[in-house]
Amino acid sequence: MSFDYDKWIRPGKLPHIWCPGCGHGIVMKGLIRALDTLQLKKENTAIVSGIGCASRLPGYMDCCTLHTAHGRAAAFATGVKMARPDMNVILCGGDGDGTAIGGNHFIHACRRNIDMTYIIMNNKIYGMTGGQFSPCTPTGDKASTTPYGNPDPGFDIAKLAIGAGASFVARGTAFHANQIDKLIAEAIQHKGFSVVEILDDCPTTYGRRNKYKSVIEMMNKLKEIAVPVKAAEKMDPEQLKGKVLTGVLYKEDKPEYCEQYQKVIERAQGAAK
Amino acid sequence: MAKKVAFLQGNEAAAHGALYAGCKFFGGYPITPSTEVAEVMSAELPKVGGKFIQMEDEIGAMAALIGASLTGTKVLTSTSGPGLSLKQENIGYACITEVPCVIFNVMRGGPSTGMPTGPSQSDVMCAKWGTHGDHPAICLVPASVQEVFEETVRAFNLAEKYRTPVMIMPDEIVAHMRERIVFPEPGELEVIDRTGPSVPPEQYKPYDTSFGDIPPLAAFGSGYKFHVTGLNKMQDGFPTTKAEIVQAEEERQVRKVEANKADIMKWEEYLVDDAEIVVVAFGSTSRSARFAVDEARKAGIKAGLFRLITFWPFPEERLLELSKKVKAFISPEMNLGMCAGVIKGCIEGNAPVLGIFRVDGEPVNPGQILDKMKEVK
Repeated sequence: MSFDYDKWIRPGKLPHIWCPGCGHGIVMKGLIRALDTLQLKKENTAIVSGIGCASRLPGYMDCCTLHTAHGRAAAFATGVKMARPDMNVILCGGDGDGTAIGGNHFIHACRRNIDMTYIIMNNKIYGMTGGQFSPCTPTGDKASTTPYGNPDPGFDIAKLAIGAGASFVARGTAFHANQIDKLIAEAIQHKGFSVVEILDDCPTTYGRRNKYKSVIEMMNKLKEIAVPVKAAEKMDPEQLKGKVLTGVLYKEDKPEYCEQYQKVIERAQGAAK
Repeated sequence: MAKKVAFLQGNEAAAHGALYAGCKFFGGYPITPSTEVAEVMSAELPKVGGKFIQMEDEIGAMAALIGASLTGTKVLTSTSGPGLSLKQENIGYACITEVPCVIFNVMRGGPSTGMPTGPSQSDVMCAKWGTHGDHPAICLVPASVQEVFEETVRAFNLAEKYRTPVMIMPDEIVAHMRERIVFPEPGELEVIDRTGPSVPPEQYKPYDTSFGDIPPLAAFGSGYKFHVTGLNKMQDGFPTTKAEIVQAEEERQVRKVEANKADIMKWEEYLVDDAEIVVVAFGSTSRSARFAVDEARKAGIKAGLFRLITFWPFPEERLLELSKKVKAFISPEMNLGMCAGVIKGCIEGNAPVLGIFRVDGEPVNPGQILDKMKEVK
């Protein structure tokens, strides 16, 4: 199948700001393939982000795009979606933006189950500010603010989303490029709050501090640790040590927030009559 | 037909004023002493097909407000001191992105948690300088329940007209006291909607200054695709660090308000013409001041009241003019001299500014103001 990338890229806004070897561009291409597959209307699609490298993505997309304050994408997007439930609302950003400063908005968007799709590019680091550790940096790893190794334990974003009430949670990697669009497309089609975590790489600020000799090595690492959910069913805990499950991790049908609020409107108007 | 009359709290009047102005979205977080605004909006908005959302925090409420406003919706939030501090991040975002929104802030004691149920007037500087960077500020300070209603309508009009956040800040006394209010008929008060684009989508730029200092704002989902960012931006909405563009855009954003001060400023002069002593007051304090002025006149003291209804932009020119003929200004306020400082800043030392500053959670009473008048030689 061929995809119309040009249709979705905003004229004159490339090249992007991302470093050579960064996976964000792979994710953006996956998002474009998903949007193209679903034939969404650009004018009716809002792409909302916070602050950070990954949050620069909306500027390259020829849609209604909203580059907000650090961590606040989910809260801004909630306003857009509540006011215009007919719009497709897609969020994107990095792990620090989404799970540290934006953690509260993230879990409450999950809890409300509002019909939006959140793509989190998890490269385990604050890249734009030069490589400080994030809530997703593994214990022991090096960052510019953990010169002796990270003392903090990391978040599992997918588990966090499931625990907080998101009704669709998937995980892919920047290495498995062809899976990204399928996960995002399925997430967009799902009615409710959907989270797609993409394990990503930051060669510039994470890789070089953590003994990755090249981008290829970082990509190979993503390939090596990823285990599809189905395959994992046949593996024992020993074999799954150090691995990360990929694919659709969780899916549930439950009431969506805007539909629930529509019922509030009907009750209020019924009571008024 | 007789007009609808009610006995309402200031907070309730704010909610009804917002609905009159066409507000269709409220995003908030519970906080004393402003919660009644949210309560009324939660009951009334769905009746008119509007949306109410209680967000996870004050920051999120302000964010949701801006998101909703970008779809062409009139939006309101209500808060108080600590909430206003939290909202400042996204108030700055609304300033630079030029998104209309109304923030109703009830002034309680501070800083920090302070006195949640005690009145103050100590957020007026926060309304101007609370968020970092240079930016326009509009802040209205009503003094009665009727005025809360009318000024809330005006707050929406100013937000929509000038594409900027507008704050309306009663003190806790005005917010919680109950008074008779006469509801204006539909059409009786002016209601302004933001100017939409007059060009087709492919030509639209969200900050197109060929339309003047206040460029038309399109709505998300109306066929117009555009980019919004909190970074310094060009006319097409995309970020830039080009010195001349950043300078021009920052100046334009502030000029939107500064060049239109005459339209935004509002005050009331009571017995000021021949006054030797002018009390400058706002909110509930202005009610004590008016009483004091009446008592002073009975005692032969030539006192007058200059009542601020718009706090920002501040009526600098008029006070400078008055300063040339008065013996003294008196600034009674429920803070440690914020308004007095602003007055001093614009009267070029022409007259003394005597302060009556209370931060004990008690109102400034007329007797205190009268006593201060007697100190003027």
